[in-house]
Amino acid sequence: MSATSTPTPAPKTNHLGLTVLDYRGGKTTLCAGCGHNAITERIIDAMYEMGVQPENIAKLSGIGCSSKTPAYFVNRAHGFNSVHGRMPSVATGVALANQKLMLIGVSGDGDTASIGIGQFIHLMRRNLPIIYIIEDNGVYGLTKGQFSATADLGSKLKTGVINDLPPIDTCALAIQLGATFVARSFSGDKKQLLNLLKAAIAHRGTVMLDVISPCVTFNDHEGSTKSYKYSKDHEEPVQEIGFIPSFENIDVDYDPGTTASVRMHDGSQLRLRKLDRDYDATDRVGALKLLAESHEKGEMLTGVFYVNATAPSFIEQLNLTETSLARMPEELTRPSRQALDEIMEELR
Amino acid sequence: MATTIELGVQERAALTPQPGRKVNDFSIQVATVNGSGSQSANTVLLRSIFQMGVPVSGKNLFPSNIAGLPTWYTIRASKHGYIARKKEIDFLVAMNAETAQEDVMSLTPGAACVYDEPLKLSGLRQDITFYPVPFDKLVAPVCPEAKLRRLVKNMLYVGVVDALLGIDVAESEKALIKQFGKKKKAAELNTAAVRAGYDYAIATFTKQDPFWVERMNANQGKIIVDGNAAAALGCMFAGVTVVTWYPITPSSSLVETLIDYLKEYRIGPDGKATFAVVQAEDELAAAGMVLGAGWAGARSMTSTSGPGISLMAEFIGLGYYTELPGVFFDIQRVGPSTGLPTRTMQGDVLFCATLSHGDTKHILLFPSSAEECFTMAMEAFDLAEQFQTPVFVLSDLDLGMNNWMAHPFTYPEKPIARGKVLDADDLKRLGGFGFARYKDVDGDGIPYRTLPGTAHPNAAYFTRGSGHNEKAQYSERPDDYVNNMDRLARKFETARKFVPAPVKEVSGTSKIGIIAYGTTHWALTESCDQLLNEHGIATDYLRLRAYPFAQDMHDFIKNHDRVYVVEQNRDAQMFQLIKLDIAADQVTKLRSVVHYNGLPIDARSVTDAIVSQEAK
Repeated sequence: MSATSTPTPAPKTNHLGLTVLDYRGGKTTLCAGCGHNAITERIIDAMYEMGVQPENIAKLSGIGCSSKTPAYFVNRAHGFNSVHGRMPSVATGVALANQKLMLIGVSGDGDTASIGIGQFIHLMRRNLPIIYIIEDNGVYGLTKGQFSATADLGSKLKTGVINDLPPIDTCALAIQLGATFVARSFSGDKKQLLNLLKAAIAHRGTVMLDVISPCVTFNDHEGSTKSYKYSKDHEEPVQEIGFIPSFENIDVDYDPGTTASVRMHDGSQLRLRKLDRDYDATDRVGALKLLAESHEKGEMLTGVFYVNATAPSFIEQLNLTETSLARMPEELTRPSRQALDEIMEELR
Repeated sequence: MATTIELGVQERAALTPQPGRKVNDFSIQVATVNGSGSQSANTVLLRSIFQMGVPVSGKNLFPSNIAGLPTWYTIRASKHGYIARKKEIDFLVAMNAETAQEDVMSLTPGAACVYDEPLKLSGLRQDITFYPVPFDKLVAPVCPEAKLRRLVKNMLYVGVVDALLGIDVAESEKALIKQFGKKKKAAELNTAAVRAGYDYAIATFTKQDPFWVERMNANQGKIIVDGNAAAALGCMFAGVTVVTWYPITPSSSLVETLIDYLKEYRIGPDGKATFAVVQAEDELAAAGMVLGAGWAGARSMTSTSGPGISLMAEFIGLGYYTELPGVFFDIQRVGPSTGLPTRTMQGDVLFCATLSHGDTKHILLFPSSAEECFTMAMEAFDLAEQFQTPVFVLSDLDLGMNNWMAHPFTYPEKPIARGKVLDADDLKRLGGFGFARYKDVDGDGIPYRTLPGTAHPNAAYFTRGSGHNEKAQYSERPDDYVNNMDRLARKFETARKFVPAPVKEVSGTSKIGIIAYGTTHWALTESCDQLLNEHGIATDYLRLRAYPFAQDMHDFIKNHDRVYVVEQNRDAQMFQLIKLDIAADQVTKLRSVVHYNGLPIDARSVTDAIVSQEAK
């Protein structure tokens, strides 16, 4: 396990009395060293440390290397590996049926930014409660190394082909469309990714995490802008991210002049300590400006770009009754005989 | 109302029925321009005849356009209870300059025609009775607001037709009140228009045509409803919880009506909704939402038409292979491609039966009537959950969007069937063995499932569209693949005995059998009578209600020398599907009758086709 660099040492059991083993999944079948495996490990750590009931998680994915990963974490949760680019609609159906589930969707840059861009856009727009992770390596892995739509301009394939189209910035898109927690991270940045995932679990609404996750087989060479080396050299966090879960009940002092504290839906605190720049992650327009400027400069920014912990989620807007629709008894779903008589009378 | 009754009396005095008259057995066609408010007028006319106790049907033949293109509405009154479209038009109301000449030329000899006076149609034919009406002159005093005149003008012809056909104008007033509901001002304005038309006709015309409506008592207790509304009610009483959709003609009104009913009848004790409706970004997403919701335990559905079905193909394959419930209404319209979006067809039968790549077979239901739209909607949800698979309800534009007489719907006696779902207690009882998602425990091919959120450590399984074994684990093993596909085939065989059985509509000892389904049924009941009465050809008629086909259909084919499959598409799709299902030595018995011009099938076309094939 890889919990060595987490801010607080992991206890043997979490507050549900479960061990980290209760959050493990099947053995990965991805390449050794794949960034996706590191993300899987962080998801396990975050779920464990946050004490999420494993059976209350629903794992969703589309198609691709990234979309295989829900089989590699939390075996005690139902998982659904659906069709290419269509996980958002399946996830929406799941959320409608059972609003008590915690949804985690894992997608890739092809699954999201190409074939699935339409559904991605509408998922963001609805602010559906889900943690949507893009395991972003800039290439199609399962079909052996073609460029995806997040590949940077000028990035080079193993075959020497140069990408001559600009990348789609999924974070900028998500912010513009209405996602309420938008961040970028790097699979190699354990501490930042873990804290982001924990904050994501505490959020109610769409969390869009774009995680740069190098493909060791097809996109880890000189000339690639999504290699381990390039990412390590160029990653530029906009804040240092801290997270204090609600159940820890620890009053950690912070300096409001240098650190912003965001109270999450469940009462947790997301702490964003300023680094080189004065950046306000609650300013949507500022976030878009930051991302646009970073493209001009060729920066690889990571951190929380935008957070709005109070916006209503799609499910809240539907004004659903307390019992999940999936569990609703016949007394509530089949109107009475009198109701039918009344309707028939109107149609006479 | 007093005035109306007086007018009613006056009418009987003025236009006395002549000998040789045709009572309650003719068709009316109203030719107008769409967007001119004619739909309200036509509905009032239909309801008036219905209220007089005469069996009646109405069919809107409209263009894919919001305003300005020709539209026709045909009403058929039939004392025999025939409600299929009648091929011949007996009484025309010509309001549209663009089509008036052609409309008149297509009338049968002896027909009558009310027309807008400036169209000057009287000279066109000598064998037609013409009644010119100066609608513009009549509408001005009734409707002071000039901009409303275009709409109110249409209500005038209701009054004219009432007077000429002997429809009690009080019935039209009653129908108007129903039509406009709480919009009192609109009801008054339109009532005045009906009266003005009526008065004009009474004062001006001497009845020369033979067509009359006379009171009958055939509609006691009946309702008028369109198939989409009936299906919507079926969904609500089936306990639907998740509805996803993307607007498309002719399906939109199903979900829109459903939304209205749900808002009224499906609010829980806490004042909150016991349903969720989402207008998706496209049909693809609508299908994904249905399957996601079905996976998580909701009763989920969508409604679409052919183009939507095309987009859903990939998801339907996923639903079949991962075994997820979901109800998919296809209100069929004319394809291929955009086709004729506002015309009717039974064109998606073959496509839906095996929708998606690889080996797939799907349960299809074929409602013929509003009553069956209601009952089959409920059956579709039960079948989807019991068989853990997408289920299609194949309605069509004719059934979905037109008004139909129906018996009041019967409240469902059977409780909702949720299928084989294991909860935490079941899993506890199973002990350490857990459960195998795709294992055929009962020998019927239907496995057990659990829902996400089930509070038991063994509840979870992994759903995937890729190859899987009994335990839902990824597998590319040949034996795992074959076992799973064979079990799915077994499950489909089980469905044969559970889907709505075919109905023997006409059963005798004839050597000639006829098979039809859906709205084709209405032409068939009439055609069977025509074949017998006009040609001495006795037939037996079986109406299919579902795919997979029941044994009854196989027996029916075995017991006849020739079997005509009658349907509304070019390629004889049901005929083809039946051919795949029956024994090789039976195949040569099948003959095909098809109708695919976008208009609802009529009995005469069927009769002519069968007579001609019988002569060979």
